Amino acid sequence: MGQDSQSGIVGRGARDGAELFRQWFSSLGDTAEQGAQSAYVFVMGSMNEILKSFDLPVVFPEINSLQTAVRRVAHEYLNEAEDYGYSPDICGYVKADVAVQLRNGEHPMGRIPKPSLAVYTNACNTYIKWAEIWERMYQIPIFTLDVPGSREGGVHTGPGDRSFENDRSYVEAQVRELITLCEEVTGRKFDIDKLREVLGYANDVASSWQRVLELNASQPSVFNAVTEGTVYLGVANGFRGTETGSRYFKELVEEMEYKSANGIGTLTEEKYRLIFVGVPCYPIFRRFNEMFSDWGGTFVNSTYLWFASGGTNRGFQYDLQRPVESLAEGVLLSVRDAMDSMFHQSYMVEDMIDDMHVDGVVYHPIKSCRTVSTGLADSRRYLMEKCDVPSLFLESDMMDKRVVSEAQMKNRIDAFFEGLASRRSQQAAA
Amino acid sequence: MAYAAGVDVGSTQSKAAIVDEEGNLVATALDDTGANVVQAAEKVYQQALQAAKLREEEVDYVIGTGYGRYKVTFGNAQVTEISCHGRGAVKMFPETRTVIDMGGQDTKAISVSPAGEINDFCMNDKCAAGTGRFLGAAAMALDLSLDDLGPTALKSDKPVRISTTCTVFAESEVLSWLGKGKKLPDILWGVHQSIATRTIGLVRRVGLEEKITFTGGVTRNVAMVKALEDRLGIRLNVNEQAHYMGALGAALFALDHILDSRKPAANSEVA
Repeated sequence: MGQDSQSGIVGRGARDGAELFRQWFSSLGDTAEQGAQSAYVFVMGSMNEILKSFDLPVVFPEINSLQTAVRRVAHEYLNEAEDYGYSPDICGYVKADVAVQLRNGEHPMGRIPKPSLAVYTNACNTYIKWAEIWERMYQIPIFTLDVPGSREGGVHTGPGDRSFENDRSYVEAQVRELITLCEEVTGRKFDIDKLREVLGYANDVASSWQRVLELNASQPSVFNAVTEGTVYLGVANGFRGTETGSRYFKELVEEMEYKSANGIGTLTEEKYRLIFVGVPCYPIFRRFNEMFSDWGGTFVNSTYLWFASGGTNRGFQYDLQRPVESLAEGVLLSVRDAMDSMFHQSYMVEDMIDDMHVDGVVYHPIKSCRTVSTGLADSRRYLMEKCDVPSLFLESDMMDKRVVSEAQMKNRIDAFFEGLASRRSQQAAA
Repeated sequence: MAYAAGVDVGSTQSKAAIVDEEGNLVATALDDTGANVVQAAEKVYQQALQAAKLREEEVDYVIGTGYGRYKVTFGNAQVTEISCHGRGAVKMFPETRTVIDMGGQDTKAISVSPAGEINDFCMNDKCAAGTGRFLGAAAMALDLSLDDLGPTALKSDKPVRISTTCTVFAESEVLSWLGKGKKLPDILWGVHQSIATRTIGLVRRVGLEEKITFTGGVTRNVAMVKALEDRLGIRLNVNEQAHYMGALGAALFALDHILDSRKPAANSEVA
């Protein structure tokens, strides 16, 4: 393949993803200007499939909030919410969103429409209280989809198991209730063929996302799971169930396969392959990664790409012959998997150490989200007992720069790499 | 004879150490860091050179460490103080498996291999609770010098229980105990016990493995050594050079570089 083809493919996913993001926020701005309906959803169990079958634009307040941090204005939003009465200890995503609402949707990416409906799962305990804020602010219906999680870490039930079948019926009944609610809110009749079409596109995104993640076992790795991976993740959430999303991810697979076949990595010299556990440090998003890449370290995988894609990384394929039943099964499996990626991720990380040629694991607990951070110290201890792999424990935040100390972070990261370097020297000498 | 040096620029004090090519400690120096970090590094290094009776050009390699390691402008490379304290501690006490480094603004627990490589480490976060700064705040509140803290605390026979290790609240809590009529030694011993408890929490996170070597500026405080030993139930490795352990480790990494450069192919990536 010639130079022109290469320059067209390499980096296309990041480039197109950023452009799709701008388009998405632009369309949300249009929705806001028109005063049209929208649904507020979350990344873990967005129910995009049902909502898109009703042509409801979806708004991800989590993504809106993290964008304020990436664009370095989070402190303005956090301060405003704290002035309004929210404690500094409340989730930073919630507070930034509250400020967006107080500002009538004003956001650095455009204007965010008001919700007509909010849909959320129990995957994060904060979701439930967060949605109640909108319920009080706008008197809108809110819908809790209660998804049963794993009963025990590392132990999964599947189709045919009694408890799984019970869980599936339980979720399916709720999905049908959600359909009824969407009919009431939109005044439109549920169209099962439209749902089939959406599910078909969602299948493409899921299978491609799974393939993209697998391709990062290549040496050198074909994308950085913390930086580029987060761009892909945004598209996976915002464009799931759309033709645009389907096409984007097919092209992304093409790009990654091309890079894998041609040995094109993300660094000039990939020296250390790492797994990231937790939520990224958005206030210093690029700088955070540089502190690793300066040492030749790159992230080949990230639990964030699993749970924040709502478990889509498993590549579940909906059966279009029985869409509602299959949607319930997919939601159950995917959201359950997302919760496992937060609470029992050690089992999955452990399996990847050899397969992805991993040199180290970076744990990133954050002050602002205890849901995803509590237990990480124990998970790390478990992994250290099971595997001979060095790990780093970095504490900061995903939103609040007041609790991010870059100098201290760099000290820990440097010490971690010094350890990796001397370990490698010893292994070479042995 | 080749010489190597390490300069450890800490938040409160700067330390320098020079070793010969056998790894023997030839000279050390200590000075306050102050506001001008570049100058502090240069000054303490010159003091060490003077003590060793060496000229600058006789030292082949210098490594900067500590929070101001990138301000050691005359240095050849930088290594974190985490690696350096581990390396220095194992050199000084070869049976070391855990290092507690207590400095002006941070406290670290470091798990090391027999070769001095870092297995794991843990330190206080952005907050300076439970560090030397806490002792400094207590000393200021009680109008004592840092050197008087330890001996005074050891006179305690009925220590008070200090509920905070927050440096900001240290002064008010100490003063409130004074207001209740508690004796100075009892308050101070309570302060030391409080820090020891918090420090041992850090140590347990990396796995408490004997022998434990205590390093950093707070090693000069006899009460802190005793408080840690009482809580742990074991004797700590600590000596007069403990304050210079980071600088010593840096000098040893610098020496590695000199010795590696004499080999056909160097294999150390650390420095």
